[in-house]
Amino acid sequence: MATTVPVSVVTPERELVRTDAEMVLVRGADGDLGILPHHIPLVTAIRPSVLEIRTPAGRERYAVTGGFLEVRGDQVTVLARTAERPEEIDVNRARAAKERAEERLKEHAADVDIVRAELALQRALVRMQLAEESKKTTAV
Amino acid sequence: MPQGLRDIRRRIRSVENTRKITQAMKMVAAAKLRRAQDSAQAARPYAERIEDALRSVAQDASASRMPLLRPRPVQKVGYVVLTGDRGLSGPFNASILRRLQQEIRPGGDQVFFAVGRKGRDYLRHRGHHIAKEYIGIGDYPRYYQAQALGEDIVRAFVSGEVDEVRLVYAQFVSAMTQRPVVQQLLPVERPQGGGSRQYIYEPDAEAVLEELVPHYLYASLYRALLESKASEWGARMTAMDSATRNSEDLIRNLVLLLNRLRQAAITNEIAEIVGGANALQ
Repeated sequence: MATTVPVSVVTPERELVRTDAEMVLVRGADGDLGILPHHIPLVTAIRPSVLEIRTPAGRERYAVTGGFLEVRGDQVTVLARTAERPEEIDVNRARAAKERAEERLKEHAADVDIVRAELALQRALVRMQLAEESKKTTAV
Repeated sequence: MPQGLRDIRRRIRSVENTRKITQAMKMVAAAKLRRAQDSAQAARPYAERIEDALRSVAQDASASRMPLLRPRPVQKVGYVVLTGDRGLSGPFNASILRRLQQEIRPGGDQVFFAVGRKGRDYLRHRGHHIAKEYIGIGDYPRYYQAQALGEDIVRAFVSGEVDEVRLVYAQFVSAMTQRPVVQQLLPVERPQGGGSRQYIYEPDAEAVLEELVPHYLYASLYRALLESKASEWGARMTAMDSATRNSEDLIRNLVLLLNRLRQAAITNEIAEIVGGANALQ
């Protein structure tokens, strides 16, 4: 029997998931992280990325747009700014956001906040990526 | 006399209609209060976790390079005032603005972030400087609205436009009771107590702290927005309940009066007929 660790994904508006995972994958401030059971206590910021929770039953994936990851006392908590399941993603909205962000980055105007636009672009890309990938896997 | 009776009947009908409206508004308020409380409940786990994490990180990080944590001499104060967009909510808006009035120093240097039409109108009427207004938050505040507000006040604080930010809003005690309170938002007061959990921080404690503090602020604002909504609907429900009760009392008295007058008119008519019959004999 595989060992697991309790994981919960919490957004400001609600607790999204609570499950037991064999592994949790997400992009942290310093790069990609894979959390296994019995990980030492850790706090890190997370970047817009695909959060993957591997459970004995399979894998669940969410598009997260930043937030924090906390590991303590053998409990993993993802404090996500937003977290969406693939089927919840509005692909058209994400595509529009991507184009808007690219537009703004191209302009290079003085009043454009580059960091903000970059982050908006990343968020849009993550959403599109996850929506795209899950479409493929369900098609097969 | 028949004229008087008709007037009273009309009056009863009118109060009856008012009662139907206040009754309906009371039911709506009760339902919205319920939803506001549910949202506040759902927001709790995140808020608690963020506060918990901040408490721990704040112990392990040196805060010297965190401007949001550092107090400085206060010259200009920013006030975030949470009121409703609508009236008919009993003393809800007035009590918040009264609390605000006690708080601000006359002639002091201050700017306002007005959330809600009622507060905006009040501040504008008094000629206060409104840095930004937020109208139309809606019945169900969303986190991104709290974040937008939070980003605005962080910007004002970091740029030196204000040296301190305070929040004035109505704390939810119960549907009957809402307590107007003033709370400091910036600089962020570190949550006290709780030991270090000996975390590893990536990339380091200072960097995590720097990201955590604004999110802690947004979460506090989000909680306040939700609580303020619950207070507003609670106050409205209570106000509409007493309005309904008052119209019931009014109707009862009017019906009593109507019956008395009607009886008097009948008695009078009988007396007239009897008098007329007697005269014919």
